[in-house]
Amino acid sequence: MNTTPRRVAVVAANRIPFARANSTYAHASNQDMLTVTLDGLVDRASLHGERLGEVVGGAVLKHPRDRDLTRESVLGSRLAPETPAYDVQQACGTGLEAVVLVANKIALGQIDAGIACGVDTASDAPISLNDDLRGILLDLNRARSAGARLKALTRIRPGQIVPETPRNEEPRTGLSMGEHTARMALDWGVTREEQDDLAARSHRRLAAAYDRGFFDDLVSPYLGLERDQNLRPDSSPEKLAKLKPVFGARNGDGTMTAGNSTPLSDGASAVLLASEDWARERGLEVLAYVTQAQTAAVDHVHRGDGLLMAPVFAMPRMLDRAGIGLEDFDLYEIHEAFAAQVLCTLKAWADPVFCRERLDRDAPLGTIDPDRLNVNGGSLAAGHPFAATGGRIVGGLAKALHERGSGRGVISICAAGGQGVVAVLEKPEPTDT
Amino acid sequence: MPTDTYGQIVNSSVGRFVAQRAGLPRPVELDRHVPGDPVVRGCVLLGAAPGDARLAAPLARVLASAGAQTATSLEEPVRSAAAAARLDAAVFNPAAPGDQRFKALVFDATAIADSTALAALHAFFHPTIRRLQSSGRVIVLGTPPAQAGSPRAATAQRALEGFTRSLGKEVGRGATVQLVEVAPGAEDQLEATVRFLLSPRSAYVSGQVVRVTPSRLHPGSDWERPLDGRVALVTGAARGIGAAIARTLARDGATVVGLDVPALADDLRAGMERIRGEAMELDITAADAPAVIAGRFARKGLDVLVHNAGVTRDRTIAKMPADRWDGLVDINLSSEERINDALLDGVLAENGRIVCVSSLSGIAGNAGQTNYATSKAGVIGMVEALEPVLRERGQTINAVAPGFIETTMTAQMPLALREAGRRMNSLRQGGLPVDVAETVAFFASPAAAGVNGNVVRVCGQSLLGA
Repeated sequence: MNTTPRRVAVVAANRIPFARANSTYAHASNQDMLTVTLDGLVDRASLHGERLGEVVGGAVLKHPRDRDLTRESVLGSRLAPETPAYDVQQACGTGLEAVVLVANKIALGQIDAGIACGVDTASDAPISLNDDLRGILLDLNRARSAGARLKALTRIRPGQIVPETPRNEEPRTGLSMGEHTARMALDWGVTREEQDDLAARSHRRLAAAYDRGFFDDLVSPYLGLERDQNLRPDSSPEKLAKLKPVFGARNGDGTMTAGNSTPLSDGASAVLLASEDWARERGLEVLAYVTQAQTAAVDHVHRGDGLLMAPVFAMPRMLDRAGIGLEDFDLYEIHEAFAAQVLCTLKAWADPVFCRERLDRDAPLGTIDPDRLNVNGGSLAAGHPFAATGGRIVGGLAKALHERGSGRGVISICAAGGQGVVAVLEKPEPTDT
Repeated sequence: MPTDTYGQIVNSSVGRFVAQRAGLPRPVELDRHVPGDPVVRGCVLLGAAPGDARLAAPLARVLASAGAQTATSLEEPVRSAAAAARLDAAVFNPAAPGDQRFKALVFDATAIADSTALAALHAFFHPTIRRLQSSGRVIVLGTPPAQAGSPRAATAQRALEGFTRSLGKEVGRGATVQLVEVAPGAEDQLEATVRFLLSPRSAYVSGQVVRVTPSRLHPGSDWERPLDGRVALVTGAARGIGAAIARTLARDGATVVGLDVPALADDLRAGMERIRGEAMELDITAADAPAVIAGRFARKGLDVLVHNAGVTRDRTIAKMPADRWDGLVDINLSSEERINDALLDGVLAENGRIVCVSSLSGIAGNAGQTNYATSKAGVIGMVEALEPVLRERGQTINAVAPGFIETTMTAQMPLALREAGRRMNSLRQGGLPVDVAETVAFFASPAAAGVNGNVVRVCGQSLLGA
């Protein structure tokens, strides 16, 4: 048995442009989007008919019929039908967690190559039967006599026509993610200006990356969309400043707007991971290596931790284990769920009090040079189909490191439920030839 | 205790409405200390002028020791100071403030070395002062101008006093504002002063300047009972402010010996019984009084001497017979000097305390009180003169100067004069005897080793003699 972990290479990535919810992809299902995204990757890496070790993926908003969404998507794709697959679900951490799972199996030699993917649609949302009505119908199904059936049917009321829709709120606090983030913004004294600046920068950088062709081998057009629909290349802090606050606005001091929060989005992404030997045999270039990963969770329910602050805890645990500092990276990718979330994260890592009291460190974890952060845009500009964001970031960072020739990049993704995933990608200096 | 009828009326629902329309002063009920209470109930915002703020770290340590809930901006040096003191300080950003409220605003102004840098005061207080809660506390800490290092630094540091005195008149709602001048080298002597000024113990102290100086003593303290195991002598302890001082020192753990003239022996004994103190019937002007007192404490020693006994014998100087002058000055000043001489001859203990009671009259002067004001100004002179002597021995001498305090004496004043006395201060009310007593107890506490030669007025920042 192989006991020495192998290096895990990011070999290729593909995604479809992200669309705003209830727009271009309104009638595309999760399975539609994931299948076409897998096929794009198959084309890009010449995987037609290939039996891969495993495909791992998931979606956050999922229909009951999609119980094996990833496997069904594989069957619909041009990968060999003998490619096994399974679903994972960790809210917005799904995409990156899938990468970690595939990478670990490759590292251990259990598989040689696999795809980590994710998809989400906020348009084709799983609306389900009213819970009361569902109970009645199940009782009806269980009833053995006509009388019992009639009795069950008499319980039906007009109000039960109202369906159950997926709610964007934390089950244990009843607060939406935006309201949770508004609390974090207040806790950390995040200003409207900081948030709008960050959002404008995200649009500017994503537009510039598209313009210079950075996404040519990362994004495949879909349903007529060639770039992310949410992207506003002419966005500016001045324009963003005109938007009305939508979260935390009760006291008139709200700072979070539709412009500095990610919109509900539809889209899918996929990343091909492999051992070095597997990539070499197929003549595929290694973009970067997955070298570290860490998950963490906070207690947003009782302790009052910021809901989206888990990456703040995950990062030092990973860095300490790897023996590297926060400032030892060439590129940083922090998922922009909300501009305020990124800013709270940066403030926490730089704050001596937080680092002392909550991270148990004698000195702040460190600061991040804004010129190295989300250099090719982030979720605020691209949009955020929940489970697809991890793949978008891993693919983008691997390519950016490959472009640089060498370097080290770190990814930080916050997730609902008070969770977070962080990971490191590295591209070593070329040794000889 | 005479009641403040006006204060009750304007705080009733109808009275509040009328008072607001008519622009009448509306005093708030001040927070006062109850044993077992925290030092400060609410959040303390700690700030510092940019630069070398030498008190940020010691202040953070005091706030941590006091168990205070705190907040700071995300700026240096306060943030690192808070972290080093293990304060889990919240973040306050005036540009994104939310609904944060503060019970106290504490600002280290020691880094202000030039008048142009005084803008830091505006930057800190402009966005925060309206967030100060009722009975709130503002403490600005600076450097004594003479020790500021350069003419410009001295100028800027002297300017702080104008700021705090004006802010005291602006804040309202029972809030107080003080300047604490901390001499270089006295950074480790802050705790007693900051705790006192933050807490409801300083309810009626506002617009004051407290100087903190270096001391070789760093006594630890049981902050709930700082005077445990210490012996205190309080003169004039039978009634009024003296009785309150005796009670307060006993509450803080002291064994109190209450002294008063034999004519008040019944009141004195009753009062001392309640606090398990000892009564000492003596006329302090008697020729043998110093020796009797020294003899009484020769063996067990004396830690705290409170010169509270005093009288008024009001007349204009033209109408004043010589005996009204002589008797008063002897009681209020000369006898204190004689007693000091006797006790400083080895009776007053190491880290001992002398606390004198001066008066606003001694600072501002008062028609009909040439004799009284002379004696009380003399008390201030005595404090200033003896301070270096006592400092040598590791002892301190300080004075309180009460303003309008609600006592049986003030209850007998004519109504108009009494109302004027009550309202002509920043807190728009009279103080209570316990307010004077709390300040005495602060001076008396062993941890106040760095508080020496101060005269602190307990006057609600009276308009008189400011």
